[in-house]
Amino acid sequence: MKSPKLTYVRTRSVAQTLELLSKHGDGANILAGGQSLMPTLNMRLSKPDLLIDINQLDELSGITVEGDMVRIGALSRHAAVLGSQIVAERLPMIAEAMPHVAHVAVRNRGTIGGSIALADPAAELPACVVALDATITVESVRGQRNIAAADFFKGLFETERQPDELLTEIRIPCQKPGTVHAFMELSRRQGDFAIAGVACAADIDGEIVTDAKLVYFASEDRPTLALNAAAAIVGRPWSEQSRSSAMAALSDDLDPMDNLQGSSAFKLHLQRVLSGRVLDQAIDRARAQ
Amino acid sequence: MSDETKTITLVVNGETVTRLVDARQHLVDFLRGELGLTGSHLGCEHGICGACSVRLDGDVIRGCLMLAIQADGSTIETVEGLTASGEVADLQENFVERDALQCGFCTPGMLITAAELLREITPRTRTEIREFLSGNYCRCTGYHAIVDAVETTLNQRLETTS
Repeated sequence: MKSPKLTYVRTRSVAQTLELLSKHGDGANILAGGQSLMPTLNMRLSKPDLLIDINQLDELSGITVEGDMVRIGALSRHAAVLGSQIVAERLPMIAEAMPHVAHVAVRNRGTIGGSIALADPAAELPACVVALDATITVESVRGQRNIAAADFFKGLFETERQPDELLTEIRIPCQKPGTVHAFMELSRRQGDFAIAGVACAADIDGEIVTDAKLVYFASEDRPTLALNAAAAIVGRPWSEQSRSSAMAALSDDLDPMDNLQGSSAFKLHLQRVLSGRVLDQAIDRARAQ
Repeated sequence: MSDETKTITLVVNGETVTRLVDARQHLVDFLRGELGLTGSHLGCEHGICGACSVRLDGDVIRGCLMLAIQADGSTIETVEGLTASGEVADLQENFVERDALQCGFCTPGMLITAAELLREITPRTRTEIREFLSGNYCRCTGYHAIVDAVETTLNQRLETTS
């Protein structure tokens, strides 16, 4: 199908964008990469009064190191994040997740800010930024807010961002020595929507897991931080027993939604399998460090 | 400041064109309907099938997931442009040689996507080629012959450059 009639504006500055958002609020849509927005327009699932195209705002792009953080501008394309040396060296979880983010033509256009602002429950980046304790910056004419990723995702396609706010950047702490990252996803084909997936950041001292963050996606309405599964393995050496404990405890953390990709029980099974695999990989990486 | 229609100027396959477009018109409808470049095909119109793939400023994108109005000031290449320049002549020959197309609907998108992979003359496994093409649907061939054609082209180019 074709998009409904639209009013379109290409903005020249963040300030102009914020003015328009302030004026139009809910009635306006930010057009960044458009890789999720355009399908909804073509399918007539949304009909904004105004489309605000921010693609010319170069100040919203770019990946830089600032102290012990990596700053990623919201308009950075997935392809730029995938190809970034800074990301490869300092954010190995993101580097590992990026090849799973859609297909090449979509990655050339889609943006990290768009993916996070959309909050698709099957998306990789929301889970990664929660696992990595990232900070998400939004701006409006009322001012700037920095929101912890853990507080940002509120539900199905719902976030803490208000209708007059623009997501401008994401700050992600660099991987620290002693911390290992691992990311895994199951999908029918590379780049398709995930059936199950997990982002893992673990602190490992010798053989002892001293801290673990396991964040699951493609299951609940938002990324799920699994506290019970983590508690089952923290403070112990990694073993077949803690592997089983983590897999068993996961049902206290996760109640996946049924969807076309599979039933709740099927998805929980897959997430359990991924839990064991991702922790095995984290331990292997810690041993290799 | 905001518009339902706008005059845009862009470079398509090396030629500068200026047209008045509806804000709602997506890029491939513009290329096909306004410019008569019917090599880019419209399949799903929601970014799944890849038949509408075109190049925007040198990189492959989904032509149905971008508005024509957004392309103001940019450079677009379609399969017609790639064919005219000879950039994919060897790839096209290998597609024919290996019967990598039957109905041909997906072929322009496959060629443009494969051309992006072939930009870097570096060895690739069949799995890597398959993954690179994973955003383009083919409903006839079962992909095997397409991967063969891309692999053969890459190997030929590797030989030529070594």
